[in-house]
Amino acid sequence: MSAAKSKAKDFLLAVEGLTVSFDGFKAVDDLSFYLDPKEIRVIIGPNGAGKTTVLDLICGKTKATSGSIKFDGKELTKLKEHQIVHSGVGRKFQTPSVFEDLTVFENLEVSYPQGHSVMGALAFKRDRAVIEAVEEVAETIFLSDALNEPAASLSHGQKQWLEIGMLLIQKPDLLMLDEPVAGMSVTERKKTAELLKVITKDHTVLVIEHDMQFVGDIADRVTVMHQGKVLSEGSIEHVKSDPKVIEVYLGH
Amino acid sequence: MKNSSPLKWFGSREGLYYLALAFLLVVLLPLMLDPFRLNMVGKYLTYAFVAIGLVMCWGKAGILSLGQGVFFGLGGYCMAMFLKLEASTPEATAIQSTPGIPDFMDWNQLTELPWFWEPFHSFSFTLIAVIGVPVLLAFVIGFAMFTRRVGGVYFAIITQAIAAILTILIIGQQGYTGGVNGITDLQTLMGWDIRTDAAKTTLYFICVGMLFLCLFIARLVQNRKLGRILVAMNAQEMRVRFSGYDVAAFKIFVFCLAAAFAGVGGAMFTLIVGFMSPSFIGIVASIEMVIFCALGGRLSILGAVYGALLVNAAKSGFSESFPELWPFAMGALFIGVVLAFPNGLAGLYQTYVMPLEDKLFERGKGARAEATPAKPAAERKPKTEKTDDYDPMIDSYSPEKS
Repeated sequence: MSAAKSKAKDFLLAVEGLTVSFDGFKAVDDLSFYLDPKEIRVIIGPNGAGKTTVLDLICGKTKATSGSIKFDGKELTKLKEHQIVHSGVGRKFQTPSVFEDLTVFENLEVSYPQGHSVMGALAFKRDRAVIEAVEEVAETIFLSDALNEPAASLSHGQKQWLEIGMLLIQKPDLLMLDEPVAGMSVTERKKTAELLKVITKDHTVLVIEHDMQFVGDIADRVTVMHQGKVLSEGSIEHVKSDPKVIEVYLGH
Repeated sequence: MKNSSPLKWFGSREGLYYLALAFLLVVLLPLMLDPFRLNMVGKYLTYAFVAIGLVMCWGKAGILSLGQGVFFGLGGYCMAMFLKLEASTPEATAIQSTPGIPDFMDWNQLTELPWFWEPFHSFSFTLIAVIGVPVLLAFVIGFAMFTRRVGGVYFAIITQAIAAILTILIIGQQGYTGGVNGITDLQTLMGWDIRTDAAKTTLYFICVGMLFLCLFIARLVQNRKLGRILVAMNAQEMRVRFSGYDVAAFKIFVFCLAAAFAGVGGAMFTLIVGFMSPSFIGIVASIEMVIFCALGGRLSILGAVYGALLVNAAKSGFSESFPELWPFAMGALFIGVVLAFPNGLAGLYQTYVMPLEDKLFERGKGARAEATPAKPAAERKPKTEKTDDYDPMIDSYSPEKS
């Protein structure tokens, strides 16, 4: 027990024996994996493998049936969503979910990690620090020129970037991205890969992705999921040559 | 840098809208109307408090409450209890078998004042209770519902059920509450006779003052980051949650705020109309309040005030001549609003009148700038409005601009 605990401490994220069942169907079944600090991990797997559910479990959107998720030594399964965010986990959803009625600036401002209580939000002032943080992030996500535009007027790709920016401004230790390049044009994809490279300099990133080319570009390690379990794990080459992976996912 | 002094704000377009409303309510209507009609307007305005709360709660945050009458009624009953106790002195009630208690209690064979009536001898307690009781109930309902993520239609139905329950409770417990007749025959407020024309006019102006106070509180909330979170929550609740906000806390807050406004409105209603009864609490009353808000424009706090005034004026006018037709007219009005102009009168104003104003404003500003080119800051900010987005004092996000 104590050995397991100390083991969990060295990792930024330690998922152990994680299980969730929906009416008897185990979407995630006794799953364990570990993330090192500053690691970029990509989760791949066929549809219905439970990839998105894993992210849902980590960020608290779905409650685990059993198992543990330790983040920086803290148990996440008991926390509420916003508490998980405050402990340093940011989550991007598959379809871009930004606040369409607000401007790009306001979208980022809302995500700025200050004034998150009711009274805090009432007293919140747009000071220099906020403006600088917003401008800095806007620069990173290629949206410096669009700060005053409503988010509704952005392209699909730009919305994806904006949502990534909304995570960045929270200064999370762990970023979870669900298919960040889905629906993007080739140029947007390239820019996103660049963006991720910048981000990964000082964040741990957990990505779900299908595009193997893209996976190869960014991943330190790859976890392949199948039917709620880990099928294979390791470098991209290792995974690509694993016969089990070829069988269920990559195809012959 | 700009817009930081209140005086300048009154020169801005938004400030002018408020001034126009103030002019209408403080100068125009009192001059035009006799005390009886003015008292009626005062009564309509008490519903505007509820409508403002509904704008915040329903229009902004997307929480539809069909039970705002509950909070209106609680505020009203708190005030009525104080006034009733004041009217029930032992001398005034000497003919009762138990002198010194409200008349309806005596009729119901009560021989002493119930414990929960006792604190209402105190005016300061009453003032606190007028806001405190509705807010407390709203907090309990909000806490129970929002932490369990009950929302949308389910929440609306539950609030409606609460309105029904409270009505039944009040009617059933007539020895304690005055039953279906309500609490009537209210006479004086701390010795001041509230039934005279002069008193009614004074109460009207107090009501207008309170209304502006509530408008400014609502405006403050909607212009702060809190207001943006409410709007954001309405559209993308999950994103707000995963941006680190406790969504339930924000919903509870806005629901309590709306309840507080409604409570103040109810207390003013009791003072202005001179009685309180369960018919102002129930389902029909509560739904009417939603209609005031919808017709005025559910995104605009000023629109809600006009909505409450107009619908009530129409209701009085209509039911004076064709009482049986009013419910149909009201229903048609609501359907019409929802189908044809979902953002209500404020939405229409924004689409059709504001562009005209834009032209006028531009011309006016231009002419003035030419006439006095060196005149300092007070007038010299026509165009910067749009570009200077980082100034914390401007409300850069306001979907309805009012």
